[in-house]
Amino acid sequence: MNFWLIQSLNSLALGGVLFTLAAGFSLIFGLMRIANLSHGAYFMFGAYIGLAVLDRGHGFGVAVIAAGLAVGIMGGIVERVVLRRLAGNTLSQVLATLGVAFVIADGALWIWGGDPRPVSPPEFLAGGVQLFGLTFPLYRLAVLVFSILVAIGLWALLDKTRLGVMIRASVDDRQMAQGIGVPATKLFTVVFCLGTALAGLGGVIAAPILSVYPGLDADMLPLALVVVILGGLGSLAGAFVGSLLIGFIYSFGQVLFPDLAYMILFLPMVVILAVRPRGLFGRIMA
Amino acid sequence: MKRALLAAFIVVLLFLPQLTGGVYYTNLASQALIAALFALSLNLLVGYAGLVSLGHAGYLGLAAYSFGWLMTHLGWGHLAAAVAALAVTTVMAGIFGLIALRAAGISFLMITLALGQILWGLAYRWSSVTGGDNGISGLTRPSPFGIDLGNPNNFYYFTLVVFLLVWAAIANWVRSPYGASIRGTKDQPRRMSALGYNVWLIRWTTFIVSGFLGGVAGLMYVYYNQFISPHSLSLANSAEMLLMVIAGGAGTLSGPVVGAALVVLLKNVASAYIDRWIMLLGLVFIFIVMFVPGGIVAGLSRLRRPRLPAGAGPEKTPAESAPAVEKTA
Repeated sequence: MNFWLIQSLNSLALGGVLFTLAAGFSLIFGLMRIANLSHGAYFMFGAYIGLAVLDRGHGFGVAVIAAGLAVGIMGGIVERVVLRRLAGNTLSQVLATLGVAFVIADGALWIWGGDPRPVSPPEFLAGGVQLFGLTFPLYRLAVLVFSILVAIGLWALLDKTRLGVMIRASVDDRQMAQGIGVPATKLFTVVFCLGTALAGLGGVIAAPILSVYPGLDADMLPLALVVVILGGLGSLAGAFVGSLLIGFIYSFGQVLFPDLAYMILFLPMVVILAVRPRGLFGRIMA
Repeated sequence: MKRALLAAFIVVLLFLPQLTGGVYYTNLASQALIAALFALSLNLLVGYAGLVSLGHAGYLGLAAYSFGWLMTHLGWGHLAAAVAALAVTTVMAGIFGLIALRAAGISFLMITLALGQILWGLAYRWSSVTGGDNGISGLTRPSPFGIDLGNPNNFYYFTLVVFLLVWAAIANWVRSPYGASIRGTKDQPRRMSALGYNVWLIRWTTFIVSGFLGGVAGLMYVYYNQFISPHSLSLANSAEMLLMVIAGGAGTLSGPVVGAALVVLLKNVASAYIDRWIMLLGLVFIFIVMFVPGGIVAGLSRLRRPRLPAGAGPEKTPAESAPAVEKTA
């Protein structure tokens, strides 16, 4: 019983981390129709930036904000300098993001070296909390709460603000939206910044759970891909449900079948592709 | 002209060990030929069927690991292990094709990437079978008809024979009516479907052939290195293969070979000075995609015939002809 409860919390926490990663990926895909293959690299880079900020003695909150800002700005520059020039050619854009991913990943290896770096959670979240006579790690609960807040924030942004209306209009029908004066290219930059910033701060949030190591990007990217293939590309609700689902499958898989956890990830993807190739909530995927 | 170039190219390949004189260069040439085998097999999908795959290193892994496992754990002979490894790879390509061909365009790319990463993760973590991070070592090269392939020169000629056979087979295949139907499914899938062609089946067959030839290349790879580890299945390796195809020119017969030779040379030269190959790979990738999207071969022939407007050459870039997601929505 204890095992199942604790593992469920771990699954929820991992799902929360995956959501900060997959939400941005899905948002970028929905608007720009490109799979941002550097998303895992932004996640890892964010984690390393957070680590560097923590090493200089700043607090955890500062690290999260700094990583989000830095990675968001980096994403904006990549969008302006590289992706903008390939506008209209989605495949080239996707391949360019792959190139960017290698540059970032190798750059991080160059700067921070190859050793895995553990990160401790902030002090006020370090302990455990008593629930049902069991001790749950407080930090994982906090991660779950944080990701729910991010989900609510994104939903409010997309549903309640003028910017959100413009983004949704462009997702549904880009040409028509441009025709009535929505500045689509500006939106691309904004959404790319937002998506990468989410990945960057997600990296810091995840660091106390996953620690930071070279190859984190290659571990996370397929998880993000499987999440959005499950949930449906471009759908926020799909990203949320898909993240929790993968969080559960991966966490339990790692404990129950440690050798084959990666293989088990693959099953829900196969099932979904067989019965509902658009994904659970998807409208776009052909 | 073209035939003369081809003949000259083959003659140079035949006498390469004598021309360069040195084990290092002979081995480098073998590496380039093996890389060209990977690029040629991937080009069937990327260049001819318009399906951009980022999981091709998975076939390398499947073939190499099956071969290594059968040899070391079950003690099978060379021939039996090689045949079984190719069979495993081909069957897996069939299964992967069933999954990945549920989609096209960017979604196809994402699914192949996920499948490739899953094989990589499996190689890494299923240590009881794959040896984990250490991989499987201590493999040997076969001695067909009593010829010792441990000798670099012999191995080079063996690789050359395999390369020429695969090249000729692919050249015949893509020029056959079936090859024309593959290109048809790339440019006009709906028209091909209206004409009564089974677009899905054509794509699936191409996917399997591409996987089988990838398996052949994987066997040559493991013969050459006599060692296999998860690093060979990494996304960077899949991307390297894709770079060879795109840099040389997707959808051409010579492009992937040129691209493979260039990437292998660049990798060897660069690694003599710096150990940032992955970063260089990323930068070259961005450069090629941004400035030479049609590949070097198409770019050169465009230079020779300046009258043709850009993009009007016989070879389309994969980017121009791959099914755009908007269209299929």
